[in-house]
Amino acid sequence: MNARKHFRAEKFDFASFFFTGLTGLATLLILGILATILINIIANGVRGFSWHFVSTIPKKDFFDVNTTGVLPMIVGTTICVFVMTIFVLPVGVITAIYLTEYAANNSLVTKFIRAAVNNLAGVPSIVFGLFGLGFFINFIGKNIDAVLHNPSAVWGQPALIWASLTLAIMTMPVVIVATEESLKAIPPGLREASLALGATKLETILRVVLPQALPGIMTGGILAVSRAAGEVAPILFTGVAYYMASLPHHVTDQFMDLGYHVFVLSTQSPNIEQTRPILYATVLVLLLLTFALNLVAIVIRARVRKKLRALG
Amino acid sequence: MGIHRGHQARPVEWLAEKFIFLVSLSAIVMVFLIFLFVAREALPLFFGETNTALVQKPIPTADLEKLSPAKLQQYLELTPAQFAAMDKDTLKSLMDVKQEAQDEVPEEFRNDPDARINTTEWRYLVLPHQWNHYDKPEYIWQPVGQIQKYNIIPLLVGTLKTTLIGLLFAVPLSVGAAIYVSQMARPKMREIIKPTIELLSGIPSVVVGFFALLVMATVLQKVFGYQTRLNAFVAGIALGFAVIPVIFSIAEDALTSVPRAYTQAALALGASRWQTAWQIVLPAALPGVFAATVLGFGRAIGETMIVLMVCSASVMSWSIFDSARSITTTIAAEMAEAVSGGPHYRILFMLGALLFAVTFVSNMVAGAVIQRFKLKLEGKR
Repeated sequence: MNARKHFRAEKFDFASFFFTGLTGLATLLILGILATILINIIANGVRGFSWHFVSTIPKKDFFDVNTTGVLPMIVGTTICVFVMTIFVLPVGVITAIYLTEYAANNSLVTKFIRAAVNNLAGVPSIVFGLFGLGFFINFIGKNIDAVLHNPSAVWGQPALIWASLTLAIMTMPVVIVATEESLKAIPPGLREASLALGATKLETILRVVLPQALPGIMTGGILAVSRAAGEVAPILFTGVAYYMASLPHHVTDQFMDLGYHVFVLSTQSPNIEQTRPILYATVLVLLLLTFALNLVAIVIRARVRKKLRALG
Repeated sequence: MGIHRGHQARPVEWLAEKFIFLVSLSAIVMVFLIFLFVAREALPLFFGETNTALVQKPIPTADLEKLSPAKLQQYLELTPAQFAAMDKDTLKSLMDVKQEAQDEVPEEFRNDPDARINTTEWRYLVLPHQWNHYDKPEYIWQPVGQIQKYNIIPLLVGTLKTTLIGLLFAVPLSVGAAIYVSQMARPKMREIIKPTIELLSGIPSVVVGFFALLVMATVLQKVFGYQTRLNAFVAGIALGFAVIPVIFSIAEDALTSVPRAYTQAALALGASRWQTAWQIVLPAALPGVFAATVLGFGRAIGETMIVLMVCSASVMSWSIFDSARSITTTIAAEMAEAVSGGPHYRILFMLGALLFAVTFVSNMVAGAVIQRFKLKLEGKR
């Protein structure tokens, strides 16, 4: 700060002033975009939002403003994402434990695992959808049907379980990275003390390391849930339904999804002006589900990072 | 460590370690499986096992014995597994069906040269072709109708158009913001602004697409006054929204990780804050900024819902104010109509494999650049 003041006193540096302003403007513009999107959605969304709206199962014509509702979409998205966490959390957390507690940092296998995690994070979501269709439905599902001698396709068709598994693979890197971060934030002294008292490595991990890492693991879970709840492309071919008269009862049922419903409402509405209020309200519900979760995760993560910085 | 004393000493520890190791391999297994299964569905295309020609010379059913199994399998468009499971009678009836299908081809196509073309051959996929009733060779993606045209060039152009507009919009903005946040802003401001910008990545892409479709498209049309309301330009800007948090976050990390000694030395020599940021910090962090851009490219090229909602007509045009159809959009919009196992289905999977390969390479490049950048900074400390 001082250097800058001194410099300015001698000679007003226009270039410095101009370019600093430009970068500041870029920052403001990004924040402005974020604010515009949020304010636009909240301001328009609250109008169509009501208890009736979130608690009603709509009739076949869900474009009708007065009788529509989003209960099956909320339930579908929630169940799908919940089933996903059952699969992704154990695998993600165990991978992170291996990477921080067991793996030799420069071994080839570790490098491969890290590269794979990075790659998985960058795979386009539609490719996950194709994979879900080619692997889970056409390969695993069809083979289950063949083994069980099902007369018609039960597992070999789009289903909630396949959508959940596809999302689980997609969100694995999120859980791994968040868990790793929180494991690294635990002081090595804690582990050493536990080992010195005669605990084995496994006991140390289960009773000392993991309880300490719990907030970080939760962050990872929340981030994964918020990411998955908003994704449409991976479930497009693996489980989502345009319309279902009832809520899903079984993991092989198809389900309705909030994100997909937003897509349907905004692209296939017979009269976009009339359906605008329910469209905005649906987007608001989706944002509440994903964005609010994200906010919580970011706050927890900021705390974990502070702790990490205090250590390092 | 029990493991070094032999696993008899602590079998539970030994087992647990092996189990944890095996589970951690799942990320590698998954990347491998994704490639395997996406490519598997596209494979018949590479071996020339798909044939879309409407008019084919039928082989008389009586000739069944004369044909080699490989040729017969190709003629009936079967997978090896399906073929192996069939007995002679089934094959015979399939050949009869094939014969009947030929008899039912509409009269108008009998003399149409296009109807004899297998449109899934490579030259029809990538080179322009002069179709019947057209005056010049053209690139056409038109997977419906009697003669399906699968030229992927319009899709590649559409993808490049939207992706490049997105990057042109997002890179200057996010790198500028990264410079401001990491170099100019006070630490207190920084701690607020950074997570706020990262919040942008928490908005689902379907919501960004919805916003672009309903609000942005109208506003941008008023400002720029172009003809088509929904076009590659709107899609590109909306893609930019999705890419900004990715580029910003990584570029900011890279700029912050430049050693403080650099900045302090420059300031002590009388450079202004801006001169330090522009001439010292940015060049030092350039590999990181480059990696951020590459990752942003990967994110933009793979984004589906935004482009799907904003524009979808597949026209072969380089103009940014025309509609565009990207690879991801095509897969998402057409997979539901494609017959499982048919040529259209195979080509969509081939496009998916292509997309996977492109993002795989860009991830690898970005990862390697960041790795080297970190090592260099650590080595200099």
